[in-house]
Amino acid sequence: MGRKIILEHYDVPNLKDYNVYRSVGGYRAVEKALKSMTPDEVVQEVKRSGLRGRGGAGFPTGMKWSFIAKPEGKPRYLLCNADESEPGTFKDRYMMQYNPHFLIDGMICSAYALGCNTAYIYVRGEYKFIIKILEKAILEAKANGWLGKNILGSGYDLEIYVHTGAGAYICGEETALIESIEGKRGNPRIKPPFPAVSGLYGCPTVVNNVESLAVVAWIIQNGGDEYAKIGVGNSKGTKLISASGNIRKPGVYEIELGLSVEEFMYSDEYCGGMQHEGRDLKAVVAGGSSVPILPKELILKTASGENRLMTYESLSEGGFQTGTMLGSGGFIVYDEAACIVRNTWNFSRFYHHESCGQCSPCREGTGWLEKVLHRVEHGTGRWADIDLLVEITKKIEGNTICPFGDAASWPVASAVRHFRHEFEYHVRFPEKIKNREHFASEPMRLFINEFVK
Amino acid sequence: MSTLQEIQFSDAIMSRIHEYIARYPEGKQKSAILPILHLVQDEYGWMSEPVMNKVAEILSIKPIEVYEVVTFYTMYNLKPVGKYKLEFCGTSCCMLRGAENIMDYTLNKLGIKEGETTADGLFTVTRVECLGACGYAPMMQVGEDYIEHLTTESIDEFIESRRNTVK
Ligand SMILES: Cc1cc2nc3c(=O)[nH]c(=O)nc-3n(C[C@H](O)[C@H](O)[C@H](O)COP(=O)(O)O)c2cc1C
Ligand code: SF4
Ligand code: FES
Repeated sequence: MGRKIILEHYDVPNLKDYNVYRSVGGYRAVEKALKSMTPDEVVQEVKRSGLRGRGGAGFPTGMKWSFIAKPEGKPRYLLCNADESEPGTFKDRYMMQYNPHFLIDGMICSAYALGCNTAYIYVRGEYKFIIKILEKAILEAKANGWLGKNILGSGYDLEIYVHTGAGAYICGEETALIESIEGKRGNPRIKPPFPAVSGLYGCPTVVNNVESLAVVAWIIQNGGDEYAKIGVGNSKGTKLISASGNIRKPGVYEIELGLSVEEFMYSDEYCGGMQHEGRDLKAVVAGGSSVPILPKELILKTASGENRLMTYESLSEGGFQTGTMLGSGGFIVYDEAACIVRNTWNFSRFYHHESCGQCSPCREGTGWLEKVLHRVEHGTGRWADIDLLVEITKKIEGNTICPFGDAASWPVASAVRHFRHEFEYHVRFPEKIKNREHFASEPMRLFINEFVK
Repeated sequence: MSTLQEIQFSDAIMSRIHEYIARYPEGKQKSAILPILHLVQDEYGWMSEPVMNKVAEILSIKPIEVYEVVTFYTMYNLKPVGKYKLEFCGTSCCMLRGAENIMDYTLNKLGIKEGETTADGLFTVTRVECLGACGYAPMMQVGEDYIEHLTTESIDEFIESRRNTVK
């Protein structure tokens, strides 16, 4: 059994109620921080923990906090990113649904460390049921003196509010999120200036993921060194992984960073192996739709034959030629019956739909990708289309205002890199892919034999 | 514009609106636009011009600033929809577990195409992108509810029960 930090008390009934949360030691972190630590000591503790951002990029949280500007007379803001729209990712929802006070607990410590008196939780609009849970928890916390003016007599004031999104993946990008809170379209800003200097309303702002902020409560209560004991290398602590697709047990799991991918995939404690008996694993998207897809051989072992581990370093070993990324922890599993071309088309439709449209390489490029992938998947593709796809991704990647352009390119580039034979198969045998589930009865490996002949 | 009917929001809605505005600093009332639009959409069903103009007036911003926002975010209805809007997730993880077939089944059963509303005004069916329920696929959102692990039986049951409530 791996160590549980975020899901430690999940078997406790009604954990989302204030009194229950309190009875398992809730809000002791706030007490400790406000009564016995300076804001800077809180920052140092988080630095010591080695915690890295859980929203996708994995940037060290303590270091990010130390960049916040502190000009006289300007408020600072803490924004909690609960937009969670990356396909395959549903971990934050899970945590907020069962343990909303844990997030508030961590947010109070974090806001105190940063000197923020106002914090917003930006929740995607579709999560209406989560918004209700959070608003109730905030009211309870306030009624019990953990929010408001002069918290615990410390002289520190804090209000936390929920801000509702309205269906736009791009608002998960931190500057789009800021624009969205300002009541505008979610168009990412050109950086610099970075939010740490000029963010919400032009004031210094920190944006952190739900999981990153919640864990701060545990770190303050138990110490950064204690947290840093878990994990390997520069991947400290635990991570929520949301697993979906063709596995026996889809769901949200907390793992100690350093667990092997193989154990996560096949052990009964986690994914429990494949959904259908007799169908082998084909591919995994390990960190949400934006990260490169890897075939079975490369997700279980690195190119040099080492066991692949669930860490930032191990998953990215080999770069994009043979590796991928831990990303948001959205672990999507494909079995032999899944069609990589259809899946890539599906992802490209998502990115085309979600592009904010500000930069032409992204706005036009994602449209092209969708169109070309649509025709390959539907039997009217040409040989040249396969290289064309790669060419388009090269034109988008690195040429856009925000990382969305890269996120839209990587799934396509990696699918062609590792599954070129499936694209070729589609172009060569259009009559065989007419049925939507064209690999369901005869997995691709049977086709390949025929193809190679 | 003068030909358009003016709208008055109820006192209950107005008090919620002021609650939202109070969450943001003085002079930043525009920040409250997304939650306010959700609130009025729940009441009126869609974003008609009089509704959007009224929101602009309350927030002391130009109507165009409201239109800009409404057309950017996918949750706002730009035209009237059925009483129950069935939003099927069609993204990868749901597709892997049969989302396409379940949505087709629903469309066939209701005799409509994607994006259309049934003649009785009860059901609209649309396809949306990942709703953060990938592990509980296939799924749809209907109003505030996530209905997960969909099967043809649960779709039948859902449609029957909603038809019965309005009989
Ligand atoms: C297109 C795009 C979408 C993103 N969506 C999310 C999201 O839904 N949730 C999230 O926490 N971070 C998301 N991010 C990352 C954020 O920009 C930001 O890096 C993160 O919230 C920082 O928090 P962390 O340091 O705690 O990870 C997204 C980034 C991009 C480019
Ligand atoms: S890369 Fe795409 S999403 Fe990002 S700013 Fe440009 S157009 Fe918008
Ligand atoms: S892919 Fe359907 S909810 Fe995520």
